[in-house]
Amino acid sequence: MAMLEVSDLHVAFPRGKRGWVEALRGVDLTLEKGERLGVVGESGAGKSMLAFAILNLIADPGRVSKGTIRFEGANLLEMSESEIRRIRGNRISMIFQDPMVTLNPVLSIGTQMVETLKAHRKISTAEARRLSIDKLKEVAIPSAETRLDAYPHELSGGLRQRVVIAIALLTDPEIIIADEPTTALDVTIQAEIMALILKLCREKDVALILITHDLGVVAEVTERLMIMYAGKCVETGPTRQIIDAPRHPYASGLLKALPQNAERGSRLYQIPGSMPPITALPNGCSYHPRCEFASERCHAAAPALVNGVACYNPLKAKAEATS
Amino acid sequence: MTQPIIETKGVDMRFALPTHFLSREKPMLHALTNVNVSIEAGESFCVVGESGCGKTTLGRAIMGLNTPSAGEIYFNGQRIDQMDEDTRKPIRRDMQMVFQNPYASLNPRRNVFETLAEPIRHLMPEKSEPDVRQQVEDVLEATGCDQSWQRKLPHEFSGGQRQRIAIARALVTNPAFIVADEPISALDVSIQAQILNLLTDLQADRGLTYLFITHDLSVVEHFGTRVAVMYLGQVMELATAETIFATPKHPYTQLLLDAIPKLAGGSFDKPRQPGELPDPVNLPKGCPFAPRCAKVQNRCLAERPKLRTLPNGTQAACHYAE
Amino acid sequence: MITWRGFLKRFLSDPVAIGAGIVLLILILMAVLAPVIAPQNPYDLLQIDIMDSEMPPSWQPGGDPRFLLGTDSQGRGVLSTIMYGTGISLLIGIGAVIVQGILGVTLGLWAGYRGGWVDSFLMRLADIQMSLSTLMIAIIVLALFQAAFEASVYADYAIIMLILIIGIAEWPKFARTVRSSVLGEKNKEYVDAARVIGLPARKVMWGHILPNALTPVMVISTIQVAEAIMTEAALSFLGLGMPVDRPSLGSLIRSGFEFVFSGSWWITLYPALVLIALILALNLLGDWLRDVLNPKLRRGDD
Repeated sequence: MAMLEVSDLHVAFPRGKRGWVEALRGVDLTLEKGERLGVVGESGAGKSMLAFAILNLIADPGRVSKGTIRFEGANLLEMSESEIRRIRGNRISMIFQDPMVTLNPVLSIGTQMVETLKAHRKISTAEARRLSIDKLKEVAIPSAETRLDAYPHELSGGLRQRVVIAIALLTDPEIIIADEPTTALDVTIQAEIMALILKLCREKDVALILITHDLGVVAEVTERLMIMYAGKCVETGPTRQIIDAPRHPYASGLLKALPQNAERGSRLYQIPGSMPPITALPNGCSYHPRCEFASERCHAAAPALVNGVACYNPLKAKAEATS
Repeated sequence: MTQPIIETKGVDMRFALPTHFLSREKPMLHALTNVNVSIEAGESFCVVGESGCGKTTLGRAIMGLNTPSAGEIYFNGQRIDQMDEDTRKPIRRDMQMVFQNPYASLNPRRNVFETLAEPIRHLMPEKSEPDVRQQVEDVLEATGCDQSWQRKLPHEFSGGQRQRIAIARALVTNPAFIVADEPISALDVSIQAQILNLLTDLQADRGLTYLFITHDLSVVEHFGTRVAVMYLGQVMELATAETIFATPKHPYTQLLLDAIPKLAGGSFDKPRQPGELPDPVNLPKGCPFAPRCAKVQNRCLAERPKLRTLPNGTQAACHYAE
Repeated sequence: MITWRGFLKRFLSDPVAIGAGIVLLILILMAVLAPVIAPQNPYDLLQIDIMDSEMPPSWQPGGDPRFLLGTDSQGRGVLSTIMYGTGISLLIGIGAVIVQGILGVTLGLWAGYRGGWVDSFLMRLADIQMSLSTLMIAIIVLALFQAAFEASVYADYAIIMLILIIGIAEWPKFARTVRSSVLGEKNKEYVDAARVIGLPARKVMWGHILPNALTPVMVISTIQVAEAIMTEAALSFLGLGMPVDRPSLGSLIRSGFEFVFSGSWWITLYPALVLIALILALNLLGDWLRDVLNPKLRRGDD
């Protein structure tokens, strides 16, 4: 059994007086110990919603309307708030896009780290401080001992995100969920932070769910990939395989549209139109209005995810062709 | 040699930081230091760098949104940075700007027609009302916008559609030169390609010159003809796009190129040391990149390198580049 | 941003807003139509008979069916004076807010857009103005005015004086509100886009920034009308507002106050109830507007 198993997850928000709209429309996900999974999609595809749902953090008035989230066999959705708290922030940690969401601006970094530790373990303050310094050293923060007494605003954006990672690692979690952890950072800092996350995950055998819109980052860091479109997973499989030979027309279009993959100065491949909002999804496959391979069938009913791809007319994969 | 369409000579930009009115110190933020670039007609001149490097300030200075503290800016040989508004008005037709955030760059209370008609009415007062309408229709056509959009308000459009409208506004007076400040970075991946293609097509159709400001080097490699790499308000390296990607000379350019996540993977495997921008208020005496540079020497800390031309034609501001 | 349809929909789904709206509408109609529907014209001396003074409401012993809510000490029907008085109160309230709005919006816009010393100067001026209570300024100015001119001149100019004094004394509220929303708007890129075209500052300020900074102005306008009416009522009650022969709600309450202890409670009570209803309706509408127009409080639907 996988460590984390999400099946048929639906998240809905009320719309108007009667109706509901679904931001997630049946998402399955499995994560093994130490595995690094990338979740890629455009804004509004539901990728952040997935992260929040896993931690049971969907804010009112939204709710998980269907599905299960099993962590080591136990359904997180049926747990009491105190049981959840023993897992969230302890065995499953989260790194957000904006470090200032995680860090309290009026408390020193040391205080916040000690508090986090004490919330989850019986531990003396001195011991907690010592552990915190170790973690700050692990994320390569220079002069960790003195930084412990610094306040978040005294650090640069890159260092702040390193502190957030150190806090996420404090309790030695089994899973880290990182929601666009480097989107607010510069390219050189992004490379530093991503290299750090990759190294730590490998060394400590921590599983990672990396949520991002950047296919390059996913290719660098993850082993498995999930591409989301309009609240559903359209393609999933080993990262390398999808990057090299995508089968879903959307995945293929995204990759072809990257300037990295185009000839210099030529026109880029472009997917026409834009992703529909969840309140106005077309019938059938929600990608069919933009798809160049759409057939009659695609207008009628949405394809299910079969062998890692949700498409009636998938492109030929290299792996299939060669095997 | 033909005259460049835009030329900056020794442009400095300093901003006074807010202080208590009694304090003796007047701290200055150095946003641009001695920037000399010349942009030839018809090219896509890219400015790359990280946040705070001054790339946006340079674009704003050229457009006249900020006045340089020192230096000169020329448009087709005419000095524009100290021009009064009446003299500058005919020039404004020829230079326009596309902004980063399409959600903020369109006035939320004006419909598309009003937004597009305003530049014509102000800058081309000789145009009659039917001419204005014709010109708006033409530019919507050229930028792939539907004519039915004219009476709609910005909130009815998606990000990509808004950016098309913003591009249409920049083009409506038929300018020769466009500053595009991160025009695709606020957009989704599948939309970025649409907007980049639109800019490429418009350049081919109308012979536009672009100053393209971005942090994304992979876009520069695809789109740019020449590239200026900026760091802390200074140009570190300036060369054609092919040269800069094939043989980056400045250590900072090398660091930037190394930081691009690649679809092939594998470049994040080795850990990297944290690097930080020095304080732009108290710039170090020597090379601004020295604190992060792997090849730093004593001379770099003492003396600020000047932009010099290397044998392969690249200009680089590094004592040891060759 | 909210569309007119969304606005109407939200109005119709909120019983408090509908209630306050109906009360306000009735009071406004009553005031506007007073010359047509009022049983008597209290300004017309020929219709007033001193013999009718201090009659109780018509359903009480000694009441007269001509005067539904009784009469005051001069023999004017209380119902008619309330109708005319509401009009004068509303006129002063709305007039004062127009003066406040013109002054405050102009100065606030200028301060916010220009910044620097203009901003510092205007905002310190606003601080000084705010530290002097409106009522205090009004009492001093009106007392001087009353002393300097004859009663008949005073009666002619009382409305204008009240509008100007309350208007000028309260401009900082508008100026501060407009300034802070201008500060939020002026760094947005659409303002830069307008400057790139070369539009003069005047056009950028009035044509681009102001329309986007007006939402909070609408909210405070409603509440400021209520406040101005209250100020006027207080001044009239002190004898510094509207003269007795052209009464506002405040002067009606005052004129009846002397007779409360002799048993003629109706002269004071009914205008007071109308004043309370008017102020309450305006404040409830103002609060509702603030909730609707504040996007932070709004949920996803519209």
